[in-house]
Amino acid sequence: MFLIHCPYCGEREQSEFKAGGEAHIVRPKQPTELSDDQWAEYLFMRKNIKGVQFERWVHTHGCRKWFNMVRDTSNDEIKAIYKMGEKPPTKYK
Amino acid sequence: MTDNLRVKSSKFIDETYKISFKFNSKTYYGYKGDTLASALLANNIHLVGRSFKYHRPRGIMTAGSEEPNAIVQLHKDTSRTEPNVRATEIEIYEGLEASSQNCWPSVNFDLGGINNFLSPVLPAGFYYKTFMWPASFWEKYEYFIRKSAGLGKSPSEPDPDIYEHKYIHCDVLIIGAGISGIIAAKTSAKNGFKTLLVDEKPYLGGSTIYQNSEHFKINNQISSSWLEKEINEIKKIDNLEIKIRTSVAAFHGYNFLLARESLTDHLPLHQRDEKVRHRLLKIRAKKVISATGSLERPLIFDNNDRPGILLSSAIEKYSNFFGVACGQKNVLFTNNDSAYETAMSLFQKGINIKAIIDNREEVDSKLVKEIEKNNIKVYKGYTVVDTFGYKKINKISIMQLSKDGQKVIGSKISIDCDCLGMSGGWTPAVHLFTQSGGKLRFRDDDQVFIPGIYPSDQISIGSCNGDFTLDEILIGISKKLKDFLDIKKTDYENLEIQSHFNKTKRNIWLLPSNKIIGKTKPFVDYQNDATAKDIKLALREGFRSIEHVKRYTTTGMGTDQGKLGNMHALGIISETAGSKMGELGTTTFRPPYTPLTFGTIVGRNVGEYFDVFRKTPIHDWHVENKAKFENVGQWKRAWFYPRKNEGMHEAVQRESKAARDSAGILDASTLGKIDIQGTDASEFLNRVYTNAWSKLAIGKCRYGLMLNEDGMVYDDGVTTRLDENHYIMTTTTGGAATVLGKLEDYLQTEWPELDVYLTSVTDHYATISVCGPNSKKIISKVIPDIDLSDEKFPHMSFKNTKIGKVKCRVMRISFTGEQSYEINVQANYGRSVWERCMQAGKEFNITPYGTETMHLLRAEKGFIIVGQDTDATMTPIDLQMDWIVSKKKYDFIGKRSLYRSDTIREDRKQLIGLVTENPKEVLEEGAQIVEDASKSPVEMLGHVTSSYYSPNLEKSIALGVVKGGKNMMGQKLIIPMENKQINVTVTDPVFLDKENKRLNA
Ligand SMILES: [Zn+2]
Repeated sequence: MFLIHCPYCGEREQSEFKAGGEAHIVRPKQPTELSDDQWAEYLFMRKNIKGVQFERWVHTHGCRKWFNMVRDTSNDEIKAIYKMGEKPPTKYK
Repeated sequence: MTDNLRVKSSKFIDETYKISFKFNSKTYYGYKGDTLASALLANNIHLVGRSFKYHRPRGIMTAGSEEPNAIVQLHKDTSRTEPNVRATEIEIYEGLEASSQNCWPSVNFDLGGINNFLSPVLPAGFYYKTFMWPASFWEKYEYFIRKSAGLGKSPSEPDPDIYEHKYIHCDVLIIGAGISGIIAAKTSAKNGFKTLLVDEKPYLGGSTIYQNSEHFKINNQISSSWLEKEINEIKKIDNLEIKIRTSVAAFHGYNFLLARESLTDHLPLHQRDEKVRHRLLKIRAKKVISATGSLERPLIFDNNDRPGILLSSAIEKYSNFFGVACGQKNVLFTNNDSAYETAMSLFQKGINIKAIIDNREEVDSKLVKEIEKNNIKVYKGYTVVDTFGYKKINKISIMQLSKDGQKVIGSKISIDCDCLGMSGGWTPAVHLFTQSGGKLRFRDDDQVFIPGIYPSDQISIGSCNGDFTLDEILIGISKKLKDFLDIKKTDYENLEIQSHFNKTKRNIWLLPSNKIIGKTKPFVDYQNDATAKDIKLALREGFRSIEHVKRYTTTGMGTDQGKLGNMHALGIISETAGSKMGELGTTTFRPPYTPLTFGTIVGRNVGEYFDVFRKTPIHDWHVENKAKFENVGQWKRAWFYPRKNEGMHEAVQRESKAARDSAGILDASTLGKIDIQGTDASEFLNRVYTNAWSKLAIGKCRYGLMLNEDGMVYDDGVTTRLDENHYIMTTTTGGAATVLGKLEDYLQTEWPELDVYLTSVTDHYATISVCGPNSKKIISKVIPDIDLSDEKFPHMSFKNTKIGKVKCRVMRISFTGEQSYEINVQANYGRSVWERCMQAGKEFNITPYGTETMHLLRAEKGFIIVGQDTDATMTPIDLQMDWIVSKKKYDFIGKRSLYRSDTIREDRKQLIGLVTENPKEVLEEGAQIVEDASKSPVEMLGHVTSSYYSPNLEKSIALGVVKGGKNMMGQKLIIPMENKQINVTVTDPVFLDKENKRLNA
């Protein structure tokens, strides 16, 4: 079970958190302008990386804040955590 | 005690404390300190069980948790009886009752033993191959397989024991209290780290503590004496917690570990009452030091499984620790120096050793020389080729090994014996390390896997790290601990070590035989009866991956997870397939390291604590009035209120009629309530609901439908505008938490610019809904100050008011189609307001109704229940709810998906009403709907989602989803049931009061 450093509360057990899928998928500002394919790209297409992955997490049983996590899915190492709206650390790109 | 094999008093055994116990219904005696295994051996009992597949007689093989054979059924009574207990681990106590498992009718005469003679027809994969066909035979096989092949019996009554869970946070956790663990614990604790030391055994000191040989010395003291002093010292350190009888079951990522602390299993039964039996420790450690030791390897040769064949190290432990001789004519069989340590121990105690068979041709270590000096015959370059004796070994034959070790040469020599000790070298216990995600490294010299890459802040020390001998263990330990703990100095910098152990080993995974392999039984996995022959067969049949071979042969799949034989399986595979051992990988060891009881896993979460449940503030009233309850999410909701002799059907019919004829009352407190405030609250609602919200006047209510981004209906409910920037949203009972989560997600991640605040207030309010033609009269009695005229308080509006001094919100909203009022009041006034409504409604026969009647009433009106009439594939258009989807709004969640090529298909499943040809016939929810049942395959058009007998319409009604249903009004369809077909007609889903006259009646 991970120990996750919530950017608002500090280190907590994984059981307090929920994972929310891939990070940095921005909801299109003008969905009506998009073709079916473009909308489907936003709606359905997600990466499933073995290795370094950018993810969204939420501190459900805590401050209820969403934040981003960089995690290596091959060994579950959490490489970085940063708040919503902050730029992802470039060195893991 | 006719067969007492107790040889010499041991300080670990209290001979003044005699304990009687029963094994297979016969009474025996042992001493305090004995395990069941040592006590049985002292009584000269080796045969304790039958093997899984061939039912071969099996005896005690080891002295620890790796035991594959000596597993017994403990306790007689039906609630405490426990299968698969290792006789080598259970400490005896007064009154212990154990019996052999996997034998019938008895361990000495077992019918299943016939499998042994049938074994040529029971090869690897036998069960897969045979019982796959013909399928109809399975029932016949099953009875016999279950009876004769099971591993013990499970209890049939609830477990009376108490279990608990405990969290432990520490700086350093040390697993294993052998010499390495003791040194690590002392070093860690003395440097100020909060330290926890655990060991599965009931004593500290591992195998060193009973090491009495002059050949192993530390600072000129015999290693056990030196260690004893260390142990006495660590017991005095404050910040060191020591837990014995504590087995680490799982080592997860981020140094999170689970351990089982056994607290009462060693006590006489009468001393266990009211005490916690097992405690599951949930340990979060900053650093972990694994000092889990190593397991001796057996040797793989024909008939290497007879009772009386043990690991050499086990024989040494039984003699040194328990003071028990496993045999009176002992032979040891080895490929390394370990067996000579055993021999020396036995020799010192005066226990007869007939011979040592050593695979190695040239051995001249100090230990070997000393053995020979004492006139013990050593056969160098020999191997055992067969053993004899059915219920106990009585003879072995040996032959000389060829130079390359691939063949046997010369002639057979027979040796009588009653005990054979095997030593195939050592396997580091890396199970926990690999569980934690660690990567192993293969060491070619002695063919062992040792920790390679550590996934967290942890190290392995001692023999689990491949440092097997005393000097190897101690020489590097100081530096390792200094580096790992980041400290300057330890007490173990300059130890003077004497260790006479030659490290040469002649590793032959499968020893050669004079017979062809098909005629031999060299067991690799004792518990599952997998032999080297089976592994070779699997390879011949094309299996290559170790994981496949494992499943096909069942090697390593017993309760012991193949702790003894897995390495040999790998070795045989790599030798046969010509691949390199290190490249083959290993099978995965999964938690738990040793089996856990279910009681330990669930702890205190049993009975009513199994899952938390939520009660409304009016719950007790429902209980007092004999409501039946149903679970909705975690809520207990009143389902219906049966009166005398009423079943569910009668109660629901009565409640439903009363609500429409006069008045009904429902506890709706479980509906999710979210308080929404902020200057952008209206804009926010516009974005999350399909309909428009900006123009909703203060004091008005509106029904809203919420979609997922894929356009599918997610939740629904009424939201009320309390003020300019203040709304209260209701959600479905089950959806409350996820809706809040979803709204927060959008607010925080997509629209952080919006000024909106969300607060869950579900538990803060009790919600009482009064409906029916007389509801207005009842409310006017409960709240006399309020003007209830349709002009001042129309449908879909709300008022702030008071009942006495208590503030409340009243909404005029309806889920039944009747005129109805919903009173929201601070939760702790809920029951008294409910009772006031009951009192005021008495003259109108106000009838409390539960969720079942609520569902019926809304079905009459064709109102959907999200999650019952919808699944995650229904759009509002599919539900014929186009009216609620705003055409004007530029965007809302899910809007774009409503005109994807898939969602605009005409033949999607759509919500329709169904009436049966026979109005008395009620459909089954979930029943399939077809058009033509005669042509095969029958095309499934849809299914029934809600179905009731309507007492108000006096006919059966149903809702369902049907492909292209919207355009099928009036069409006849068929519901095929098991032994009949029901004719139905597609109708509009609104069955009652299409004009909504009753809302203002
Ligand atoms: Zn937090």
